[in-house]
Amino acid sequence: MHLISEVINYIFLFIALYVEVFFLITYFEIREKEGKIKPLTNQNFPNTYKWPSVSVIVPVWNEETTVLKTIFSLLKMNYPKDKLSIFIVDDGSTDNTWKVVQRFAKNKQIRLFTKANGGKHTAVNYALEFVNSDLVGCLDADSFVHPEALKRIAAKFEDPDMMAVTPSIVLFEPRGILGYIQKTEYIFGIFLRKVFSHLNALYVTPGPLSIFRRSVFDKIGNYRHAYLTEDMEIAMRMQKNKMKIGNVSNAFIYTVAPTTLRALIKQRLRWVYGFIKNTIDYRDMFFRPQYGNLGMVVLPAASFSLVSTMYFFGASIVSWINTTILKIKEISTVGFSWQKLNFEFFYINTDVIVFVSIIAVLGTLFIIVTSRGLAEEKYKFGIDSLLFLLFYTIIAPLWMSRAIFNVIFAKKTKWR
Amino acid sequence: MEINTKKYTYAFLITAVIFTTAIFISNYFSQQKMNEIKNIESRIAVDILASETQFSLISELSCKEISSSVLSKELSSLGDKLSYTEQNRGSDDLEVLNLKKYYSLLQIKDFLLMQKIKERCGGKTLSLMYFYSNLNNDCTDCEKEGFVLTKLRQDYPELRVYSFDYNLDLSALQTLISIYNIADKQPTLLISDNVYYGFKSIDEIKDVIPALKEIDKQKAKTEADALKAKPASSTKSN
Repeated sequence: MHLISEVINYIFLFIALYVEVFFLITYFEIREKEGKIKPLTNQNFPNTYKWPSVSVIVPVWNEETTVLKTIFSLLKMNYPKDKLSIFIVDDGSTDNTWKVVQRFAKNKQIRLFTKANGGKHTAVNYALEFVNSDLVGCLDADSFVHPEALKRIAAKFEDPDMMAVTPSIVLFEPRGILGYIQKTEYIFGIFLRKVFSHLNALYVTPGPLSIFRRSVFDKIGNYRHAYLTEDMEIAMRMQKNKMKIGNVSNAFIYTVAPTTLRALIKQRLRWVYGFIKNTIDYRDMFFRPQYGNLGMVVLPAASFSLVSTMYFFGASIVSWINTTILKIKEISTVGFSWQKLNFEFFYINTDVIVFVSIIAVLGTLFIIVTSRGLAEEKYKFGIDSLLFLLFYTIIAPLWMSRAIFNVIFAKKTKWR
Repeated sequence: MEINTKKYTYAFLITAVIFTTAIFISNYFSQQKMNEIKNIESRIAVDILASETQFSLISELSCKEISSSVLSKELSSLGDKLSYTEQNRGSDDLEVLNLKKYYSLLQIKDFLLMQKIKERCGGKTLSLMYFYSNLNNDCTDCEKEGFVLTKLRQDYPELRVYSFDYNLDLSALQTLISIYNIADKQPTLLISDNVYYGFKSIDEIKDVIPALKEIDKQKAKTEADALKAKPASSTKSN
């Protein structure tokens, strides 16, 4: 038993380290490439540049408190007004959302729609029928846009093969321990999205302002329910149809994070459940060279991270229980006594796992520091990074285990 | 979609190099630790030999000159290190097994030396022998007995606890077992030539070794004296 768990430990560690090394090599490739070619940005586009027309769909459901801020941030974007239309779709809100958005009824850039409640994907699909611009995107009503974000994204469509472009998502005013942990998690996501984009392996086009060519929906169809993770399903469908998805790491979108553990677990449960279910639906992409790095590394690595996190979490729970039982036995036999901590070199753990973990943590630190640079953070390391390193692997299994349970026992997840 | 097989190979090679380096470093430290155990063992061997020699030399002289300080102090810390290593590398590790055999021999030698001193000079010896088994977890009480003995050793550093793996393939140990007629029932304690089977609590052991109770009394007395002295000195200063 001991030998089996040791072998599994080593195999898992090796795979985890391999994936980390693979992503880091990719990042260095990007750095080298970016050093040689100056990327196209809105700054070096001439005034006469013909920007593509863009429609942004904002599906709203009971979002009376945040919807105005979202719309204003869209209106404040530095993008030619005649090229930008905003579609607000009220998906049968039961609060004052519809009333609140009426103040834009006369705005020429904005179109308002209301329909019976049917879920986010139905709201976006509803508006898609009215869209005839070159590009179309979607923005969740809990997110706000950086003024330059759209231009930075639109510039990426200079590449005629580019079919969708994802932004970088950062947290809006994170608060509390949970907020800080999520802040680093989102920043970490910026690094991963950049790497995945270079590998042509992005498998999520996030709700907050991912922009597509209108033709994508004509070719592969509209959004699907997709276990409430329609933004993942559409990206996987695009990848399956060999459509290129890119990323602009400095197109920032600010989103509001759940502040309570309950809300966070609920949100993540939906994400992880959706990830597992969609991955099962698209399982034929796994280890198929025709799907490139996505099929060979990124999707297997994402699934592996789920399995390994659960495995190591389970293993530490078992070891913790064993230690506790031993301690209880000791106390019941000889009573409680403070044990002197022994810092002698002899008692320091020098197993292989320790050294590999040190390397893995150093790699993670490098990614955090790099990501913070990409996110244009003031400091290369913050208290949030530390909290993330300390607690993320402890709280993530909370929703991972629930999601796995729900998948196995066929329980559906809810939006809120 | 293109796949850069070169990158896949490089990533594999780098990971393999990191892994191999980690294995080398870990092995290096592990070997260092084994060497440390070996060093302690040879130091103890020298200590015991020195004590034996000193004992023979001064046999004509007064017993006063033989204090227990001649006995090696490192035996118990060696025992701790050995059991830690056994936990990490497994009790079937050959190197661990050899070190354990040597350790058992040293314990027997130390015990014999103590017996000699006792015979010639009299006095009470504070020692006990403990036989355990870690074969297929067939000794459920050994873990508990281990806690008791660790605690006793902590509280009474003067108590020498010799612990033996009953099933260790070591002729000297098997001779010791047959001399005292110790049955294959662990945990077993051997205190002043008497054999006790089954779990024994701290109090039960103290009943068999009254010297420990005397130490308790002495400690209590010193503590009480110190307490008495404290208020007296504080009133003086007031």
